Amino acid sequence: MQLADLPISGPWGERHLLGLERLTAAQLNTVLDLAAHYDQVTNGGTERLSVLKGLVVANLFFENSTRTRTSFSLAARRLGADTVDFTASSSSLSKGETFIDTALTIEAMGIDLVVCRHRTPGAPHLLARHLKAGVLNAGDGTHEHPTQGLLDIYTIRKHCGKIAGLTVALVGDIRHSRVARSNIHGLVKLGARVIVCGPSTLVPNEIRQLGVDVAWSLDDILPEVDCVNLLRVQFERQRGAFFPSIAEYANLFGMNGERIKKAKSNLLVLAPGPINRGVELTPDVADGPHSVILNQVSNGLLIRMAALSLLAREHQEKQDAA
Amino acid sequence: MSSLLIQGGRVIDPANGRDGLASVLIQDGRIVAVWGTGEPAPGIPEGTSVEDATGLIVSPGFIDLHVSLREPGHEEDESTASGTAAALAGGFTSIAAQTDTSPVVDNRSAAEFIRLQAERAGNCRVYPLGSVTKQHKGEELAEIGQLVQGGAVGFSDARTPVANAEVMRRALEYTRMFHRPILHFAIVPELAEGGVMHEGFQSTRLGLRGIPAAAQDIMTGRDIALAELTGGRLHIMCVSTRDTVNRIRQAQSAGIQVSADVTPHHLLLTDDVMDRFDTMHKCLPPLRSSDHVQALITGLKDGTIAAISTDHQPLALEKKQVELDIAPFGICGLETALGVCVKALIEPGHLTWAELISKLTAGPAKILGLPHGSLTPGSTADITLIDPNMTWKVDASTFRSRSRNTPFDGQTMTGRVVATLVDGQVRFRAGR
Repeated sequence: MQLADLPISGPWGERHLLGLERLTAAQLNTVLDLAAHYDQVTNGGTERLSVLKGLVVANLFFENSTRTRTSFSLAARRLGADTVDFTASSSSLSKGETFIDTALTIEAMGIDLVVCRHRTPGAPHLLARHLKAGVLNAGDGTHEHPTQGLLDIYTIRKHCGKIAGLTVALVGDIRHSRVARSNIHGLVKLGARVIVCGPSTLVPNEIRQLGVDVAWSLDDILPEVDCVNLLRVQFERQRGAFFPSIAEYANLFGMNGERIKKAKSNLLVLAPGPINRGVELTPDVADGPHSVILNQVSNGLLIRMAALSLLAREHQEKQDAA
Repeated sequence: MSSLLIQGGRVIDPANGRDGLASVLIQDGRIVAVWGTGEPAPGIPEGTSVEDATGLIVSPGFIDLHVSLREPGHEEDESTASGTAAALAGGFTSIAAQTDTSPVVDNRSAAEFIRLQAERAGNCRVYPLGSVTKQHKGEELAEIGQLVQGGAVGFSDARTPVANAEVMRRALEYTRMFHRPILHFAIVPELAEGGVMHEGFQSTRLGLRGIPAAAQDIMTGRDIALAELTGGRLHIMCVSTRDTVNRIRQAQSAGIQVSADVTPHHLLLTDDVMDRFDTMHKCLPPLRSSDHVQALITGLKDGTIAAISTDHQPLALEKKQVELDIAPFGICGLETALGVCVKALIEPGHLTWAELISKLTAGPAKILGLPHGSLTPGSTADITLIDPNMTWKVDASTFRSRSRNTPFDGQTMTGRVVATLVDGQVRFRAGR
C-alpha cells in the first residue's frame, strides 16, 4: 500500500501535529479512523507495511521517555520508515549549541519527519517554524501531548463505541499535565463532558474556560462518570509541595478496590503511565476488569502510525508541489 | 555664537502648557524663546540657520528613566555608544543608565565610568543610576553618598528586588539625605520563581509557568508602607497590574511620595501573544491580560503613572534563540518606543499628543529631578522632532542598538522620530 492509497476518512491538511487544541472534530476523527484501519489491516499493529518506505523519521528526545520513544520508533518501522534516535539528556545549551542549531543539524542529514519531546512548552512549535520537516509533538513540558490524548480517546471510543455524551473524569495533577490538556481539547471537541478532579492546588481556576467542570472530590463525581483517566503525579514537574503527603493524595484521589465500588459497573479506567502503583491506583484496580491500561499502550502504536502517515502524506504532497 | 530657528512646527511643551504652531529659537545650545502667532517675536540674529518643521511636532527631548546599556561586562548585548545611538533614534535625549552592568554600579568610580563612556560616545545625555545595595545582594547598602558624588541621580538594583524589608527601609531612609528616589523593581521573588509569563487563562492553556499579578501587588504594597514609614521617595518601575496602579493611586492621594512608570510594550501587548511561544515576548514583569492593560491606561490618564520608560533590555540574538524557559527576559525598546505608544495610546484615543509627550518628557524629568524635559527659555535645547503621520515598518536589522530582541519586527507603525537635537545640535536624523 502506498501513502496516496491510504483510506483517509475526512479532512487533515496539517503539516505538523503540535497539539489537539488546533484540530477540528473532523480532523480528530480522521486520525482515529486511520488508526482503526491500521488495527484491522495489521492485526493490531503487529504486521509490517511499507507505507512510509524511503522516509526517515527522527526521534528528537530532549527529555527521557523510553516508552514514548519506543512506541514512535516501532510505529515508524511498522510502516517501513527508517528511524534515527537523538537523545539529549540535558539542554543543548550546555554544549553552547542552541536548540534550533541542533534541530537544523539533524535536518541537514535528510530527515522527513521529526518527533520531538522536550521539557519546554512550545519547543516543537519553535522547530516547526524553523524546519522543513513535519514536526510531531511527543510531549512539550506541561503543554500538550497530542498522541497520548488521541490514544486515550481512541481507547475510550473503542470500548464505549462513542465519545459524544460520555462523562470523562481526568484525575490528578491537572496543572502540570500535558496529557490533561490534550485530553480536554480532544474530548470536548468530540462532545464528551469532561470533569477535571484533583487537589485544589493542582487544578487552576482558569481551566474552566477550556469547557470543563471542576471537582475536588473524586467520591462525589465517581457515580456519574463513564471513564476515569488517572494522571500520573508529576513529582518532577512540581515546584514545592502542592499537597501534604503522598499518603494523603492516595487517600483522597487514588483509585482503589473500595472506591471503585461507587462507580458505574462498566467504568473504564485509563492511566497514561508510567503508573505509580499505590498512588494513583492500587494494583487490584490496575490489573482488574475495569482497567484498559495495557490496551492504551497497544493503541498508542496505532495512533502514532496514523499520525505519522498523515504528516508524511502532507510532507510528500508539499515536496511534489515544490 | 551659533543659533538655530525651528519654525513651522506644532510645538508641544507640556511643562509650559503649550500646544500649537510656534517657533523655537536656540542659541549656544539653549532655548532662547518660543513664540506662537500673535506673540512677541525675539530678534533673530544674523546667520541663524533654519530648520523647517512644517507638519512636524516639536517636542522636548524624551527622557528614559531606566535603560540597560550593558557596558561594562555585557558588550555582546550593547555598548554605551550603541545604546545611546539607539536612544537618539528613538527620540531620547537623556537616559538614566541602569546599574545591571558587570560589575554592577555600586561605587563612585563605576558611576563615573558610565559618564566617561557616554561623553566619549557623544550621543545623548546619560545619567547613571547607582545601586541600592552592594553587588545587588540586598544585604548592605551601597555607598550611596559617594555614588551621588559620582553623578548618580537615583538608586536601583535593576531587576533584582530588594527582598529584605529592613534593608529597603534603611535605603528609603538613607536616600532622603540626597533627595533621590529609589527605583524599585517590585516583585516577590518566591511568587515569580520559574515563571515565564502572566499567570491566568493563557498560562493555564499553554502549560507555561505563570507569574501572578500578586507578585507585583504585594511588593508594591510593602514598599508603599515603607515609604510612608520613612518619608523616602519611592518609584515603582514597570507597573504591570491593576492592583499595583490602585495601590499607587491611593498612596499618592494620601501624600506618600511614590511615582511610577510603565513600558510601551506593557501598554500594547497582552499575554494572548504568548501562544506563539516566541521568546521575543518574554519580559519581566510579564505581558499581562487585557484587564490589567486597561488599568495601566487609566493610570496614565489620571496621572497615577507619570512616566513611560522603555526598560530597554538589549539581548544578543543567540541568547533569545533558545527554549522559552531558559531564554532571558527583556525587550529592546528604545527605537520602537514612540511607534508603540502611538499604536497603544494615540490611535485608540486614550491620550492626546500633549499627554503622551508629557509622559516622555516632563513626567520623567520631575521623577529624577533633571533640568530637562521642557522648552522653557534658558534650558538646554534638547528637542525631538516627530512626524506624527509617517508610517514606517520596524526593521530590527537596521537598529542602532547592538541587539534585535523586539517583538515588533516587521510591524507597521505610525509616528516617527525624524530628528533628535541635544544642546541644539542635530545628533540624529532619520533617513528618508
